[in-house]
Amino acid sequence: MATIGSRMMMARGRIAFCIAMVILAFCAAGARAAEEFIILQSTTSTQNSGLLDAILPDFTKSTGIEVRVVAVGTGQAIKNARNGDGDVLLVHSRAAEEAFVAQGWGVERHDVMYNDFVIVGPASDPAGIAPFNGAIAAMFWIAKAKAPFVSRGDDSGTHKAELRLWALASGVDVKAASGSWYRETGSGMGATLNIGVAMGAYVLTDRATWIAFKNKSDSKIMVEGDPNLFNPYGVILVNPARHPRVKAEAGHTFIDWLTGPEGQAAIGAFKIDGKQLFFPNAK
Amino acid sequence: MTSETRSSGCGSDIRQLTVRGLCHDIAGKRVLENIDLSLQSQGVTAIMGANGAGKSILIRILHGLLRPSGGTVSWGGRAMTRDMLRSQAFVPQSPVLLRRSVAANLKFALTLRRRRDISTRLDALLALADLADKADQPARTLSGGEQQRLALARALATDPKVLFLDEVTASLDPANTLAIETVIRRVSDDGTRVLLVSHDLGQGKRVADDVVFLHRGRLAEHSPAKTFFSQPVSAEARGYCEGRIVL
Amino acid sequence: MQDFADAFRLAFALLVQLDPNLVEIVALSLQVTLSAVALACAIGFPAGAALAAAKFPGRGAVIVILNTMMSLPPVVIGLLVYMLVSNAGPLGFMQLLYTPGAMIMAQTILVTPLVAALGRQVLADFHDEYDETFRSMAVPWRKQVAALLWDARYSLLTVALAGFGRAVAEVGAVIIVGGNIAHVTRVMTTAIALETSRGDLALALALGIVLLVVAVTINAAVMVLRASAQRLAYV
Repeated sequence: MATIGSRMMMARGRIAFCIAMVILAFCAAGARAAEEFIILQSTTSTQNSGLLDAILPDFTKSTGIEVRVVAVGTGQAIKNARNGDGDVLLVHSRAAEEAFVAQGWGVERHDVMYNDFVIVGPASDPAGIAPFNGAIAAMFWIAKAKAPFVSRGDDSGTHKAELRLWALASGVDVKAASGSWYRETGSGMGATLNIGVAMGAYVLTDRATWIAFKNKSDSKIMVEGDPNLFNPYGVILVNPARHPRVKAEAGHTFIDWLTGPEGQAAIGAFKIDGKQLFFPNAK
Repeated sequence: MTSETRSSGCGSDIRQLTVRGLCHDIAGKRVLENIDLSLQSQGVTAIMGANGAGKSILIRILHGLLRPSGGTVSWGGRAMTRDMLRSQAFVPQSPVLLRRSVAANLKFALTLRRRRDISTRLDALLALADLADKADQPARTLSGGEQQRLALARALATDPKVLFLDEVTASLDPANTLAIETVIRRVSDDGTRVLLVSHDLGQGKRVADDVVFLHRGRLAEHSPAKTFFSQPVSAEARGYCEGRIVL
Repeated sequence: MQDFADAFRLAFALLVQLDPNLVEIVALSLQVTLSAVALACAIGFPAGAALAAAKFPGRGAVIVILNTMMSLPPVVIGLLVYMLVSNAGPLGFMQLLYTPGAMIMAQTILVTPLVAALGRQVLADFHDEYDETFRSMAVPWRKQVAALLWDARYSLLTVALAGFGRAVAEVGAVIIVGGNIAHVTRVMTTAIALETSRGDLALALALGIVLLVVAVTINAAVMVLRASAQRLAYV
């Protein structure tokens, strides 16, 4: 079998050919959808609540453009958009969105809608926060009582909002408490709620995901209505100057629709159990 | 096969075997000791001896499946090459048949050496092995005798000039043994050089033209079959022919 | 727990009604995973055969690497493929991200080491058995590999099945490179992940049961095939 080495050399051309065929096979599988589409990098809250499933068919019907939604945390959505892996970004973390545009990754930020965050917790309310209206006071007392609190811990919009609240409730160092009463899941909103409900812990969640969430057990909303819990969503076209493959025209069409009368009406009309979840606020 | 030896006599007939000073060790133990042997280019040679005498090792070295620890093997005066291997064939005691039909086993061997007349040759080989009616049967569902006949036919499919057989009838019934011995005689008459390992005295008497007798790794005797069975020269061969156990 | 009973009822209903969404998801799952396993076998089996039959320097190291890669987490492969096919990555021009093509690529990378390593073990046994015969017949190297692959086909089918099991059950890779886009890249495991995050545990579990039913069907089909091969002494 001394000739095997040289035979393997001879086989190299054939191997290269096989690799080319494999790549072709991937392309064939990838390039099947012929109609026009855009990729929307968005957050789990818009998908898990069912909002996008409800409003996007209207857009596709009137424009013929399909919207493919990739629902991840705000942090990951922004990261993906920076890589050019999406045409439009729809997220909820104002500071991060503005930075995204300022750094030239996005064209312009438009207000779309808002919903609000709520603090949910077990009916037994171990920290006794239900009587408070203010989110900051509630957070303060949760920390004081060392009552279990489950955080997204994933750099998402909700996570950032939560960290802002802890900062406002002065004297609370959640980083130091992480692992004791403060638990970071590093997961999406739904997964975090599943854990929080099972642990009988407090969780900061967007109202839409909570209303649509089906595994509530005996947890319920403890604090709501504080202006500090306001949760605005912005929409941004990924900058075609940075990423030439961005479908700028179709992306513009989508943003115009979403912030125009039709899109805004569709957002306002979306209800679960008779409750409106998102409030359109485009200018 | 480390160096080439010039053979006297039969020139370049690659059926003519010459062995010089052949030794072989397995795990530090000497199993073949200084064997010198010259065989003519025709006929059937039986390599005989008790179990453990080194017969199977010797035949594998002659065929080039094993590299000897020392000494030379040459065919027609030349050391074994891959080309030479292509003109030889080998059937072991338990043949390894492919997991395919009888016909596919023969086709595999046929297509190794030729491109034309495959189906004609296939039919001839099936007839030779008396397996024409089982051509499409999975080879490994055949009986032991049928499997051995198929293995022999497959070996012949490559048109070997030299055919090695290692105890091919050791576990067969008399009918299958007879069928195989008939084929052996036939291919020998057609000019194929046959070397067969056997410890069956009767088989030696029936098919061998000459006998190479091994005793504990040494060549004890090499004589024409008639002489060997009637008047063996060495004490070991005499004991063996008389059915005594010689240690 | 109420969810268990609900899950089984739901799974049954989904299967009986052949819910069109479910059919689409199952079909895409099978398309992606079967393509990936086929490609992985096309690459992995010849590689395994070469490793089983040939001796060359560094062979031991290659085998160790292969065996190690069997325990690579799918999510790492997902990240790797994401970085390759992202618009910012070297293969961005192929426009594969968030398509079934990217998912097939990720699962192919996931399964190839597995089928190559397990295939090598199977083929090494066959090679041990066939080696003397092949050497005696002076079978050319390439024909040896082909014969090993063909004769071991039923044993390799079991290896392919192991690859199928690893690919069809993984979520980490396909959710990153596929994006879990409805009607485009949503497969059974990503749908299960989505329903779990929606808190619809019963539906998630029901989808899991459907996944098992599909896997059982494929396993049973392979068993039947092997059993008939066994009767022919081809195994």
